[in-house]
Amino acid sequence: MLILECPYCGVKAEETELSPGGEAHLKRFGPGSSDDEFEAYMFARKNPKGVHCERWRHAYGCGKWFLAARCTATLEVFGTYLAQTAEPPAEIVEKIKAKRPEWKGYS
Amino acid sequence: MKRYSVFAIAREALNHHQGWERAWKSPLPKASYDAIIIGAGGHGLATAYYLGKNHGIRNVAIIEKGWLGGGNTGRNTTIIRSNYLQDPSAALYEKARSLYETLSQELNYNIMFSPRGLLMLAQTHHEVRGYLRTVHANNLQGVATEWITPERVKQLVPIINIDGPRYPILGALYQARGGTARHDAVAWGYARACSDMGMDIIQQCEVTGIRSENGRVTGVETTKGYIGTKKLGIVVAGHSGQVADMAGFRLPVESMALQALVSEPIKPCMDVVVMANTVHGYMSQSDKGEMVIGGGTDGFNNYTQRGSFHHIEETLRALVETFPMISRLKMLRQWGGIVDMTGDRSPIISKTPLGNCFINCGWGTGGFKAIPGSGWAMADLMARGEPGPLAAEFDMWRFREGRFIDESVAAGVAH
Ligand SMILES: Cc1cc2nc3c(=O)[nH]c(=O)nc-3n(C[C@H](O)[C@H](O)[C@H](O)COP(=O)(O)OP(=O)(O)OC[C@H]3O[C@@H](n4cnc5c(N)ncnc54)[C@H](O)[C@@H]3O)c2cc1C
Ligand SMILES: [Zn+2]
Repeated sequence: MLILECPYCGVKAEETELSPGGEAHLKRFGPGSSDDEFEAYMFARKNPKGVHCERWRHAYGCGKWFLAARCTATLEVFGTYLAQTAEPPAEIVEKIKAKRPEWKGYS
Repeated sequence: MKRYSVFAIAREALNHHQGWERAWKSPLPKASYDAIIIGAGGHGLATAYYLGKNHGIRNVAIIEKGWLGGGNTGRNTTIIRSNYLQDPSAALYEKARSLYETLSQELNYNIMFSPRGLLMLAQTHHEVRGYLRTVHANNLQGVATEWITPERVKQLVPIINIDGPRYPILGALYQARGGTARHDAVAWGYARACSDMGMDIIQQCEVTGIRSENGRVTGVETTKGYIGTKKLGIVVAGHSGQVADMAGFRLPVESMALQALVSEPIKPCMDVVVMANTVHGYMSQSDKGEMVIGGGTDGFNNYTQRGSFHHIEETLRALVETFPMISRLKMLRQWGGIVDMTGDRSPIISKTPLGNCFINCGWGTGGFKAIPGSGWAMADLMARGEPGPLAAEFDMWRFREGRFIDESVAAGVAH
């Protein structure tokens, strides 16, 4: 069973308390953007077999959105962090690199 | 290839069963081929089969990292139906369903197609309206479905509880020629026919890279060395994102775990397939007597072929209310597959940004039923370089252009 620690309330929440929200750190595009940009933002997904940064909501807890770095091939969790971050925090990146030297970055 | 027949059985019975041939050869890869298919699941094998049969392209290799049929093709709950809502889907799935009707004869391999009838239960008023709409759409599309009353549901499925407290049965969408088939046999039958046409099925060989020159594919790197090709078909279901990455593009696809389970075998008690979309569960009875049960996908990206435990509980909870007698059954086995989900819940049969490279994916939770039709359409696309009428609407650029083939509203559950 997947267990993620909510970075807001500190609860170690198991899967039934959480709702998944897909790939994190997508670059948003608005009016005036090109078709390519919209497509990349709305549909094209990295969907990696390996390290994935993704959005989760502590739905049956504090209700807040947060982010998690997780391995989709082993279900190992590298860490969770606040939703108000443009990229994974340095200590989580270090942790991922130590365990997955071949990792090419989150985007 | 020696044909299977009642005479062959008699001959071999007298011969101590010494004369059966291997169903397919296991060759080493050649230096190059006219076409390579990555993925020996049902869709990859069917693509190769129709490339040979319909288009005369037989210098073909099918490359599989595990064993053939060991992906979702060997893990699904084998439901076959074509009662979709949108016209392009109805055409494609009905083509597949109709090919299934005679596939055993065509392949000389018993795929155990069993058009036993399929019910999609309506358990809310929203579903009643939705299925009435589907019935009307199907009638216009020439797909034979009908709307039936709760009493008729009870006649067809005596073990069902039609007046449950939370979700009473209000009627059902019935497709009399829907049903099931033996999943492994579909893969094995196509594999045998492909091998017989002289195609190479190369198992235990993983594609690790795709080589191209001037925007056109030239070959693939594999764990058994480099293999050149004039055309490439990517047909790898849950691993589509990974292989597309090797080819240098991204897909509107996410990979998730979908699970199924079977009960201990019991005497025959249900001879139709029943799907309950509102409560997210479906069930049929296999020829061995097991109740075959499935539900919805997990919600997060996953490649482990292991799903979440609470999903099994949710599925069974829903089905126990609808079929009270299963509450005493022991569940024997549970497993998962990695399904490739698109945003509109329709597949992709498409050219790609890389020349002479084609992709067939996005079948998600419901591609077993489509195997013959999908192979037919994909072979057409690969042979001519342009999609025919079956595949025309299913290109990967429909998302950016807003031409969705929206089946996510038509079917609430995975199947
Ligand atoms: C639990 C479950 C229940 C389902 N129930 C139904 C149902 O009732 N009805 C229905 O219609 N559909 C159902 N489906 C969906 C159906 O199983 C799939 O849509 C269909 O089998 C996909 O077939 P495929 O040939 O595309 O993929 P697969 O059978 O998965 O074949 C893809 C193959 O590609 C190989 N591969 C991947 N990467 C590489 C690589 N790099 N190199 C070489 N080979 C590679 C894999 O090993 C695999 O064998 C279900 C799926 C699951 C998981
Ligand atoms: Zn919280």
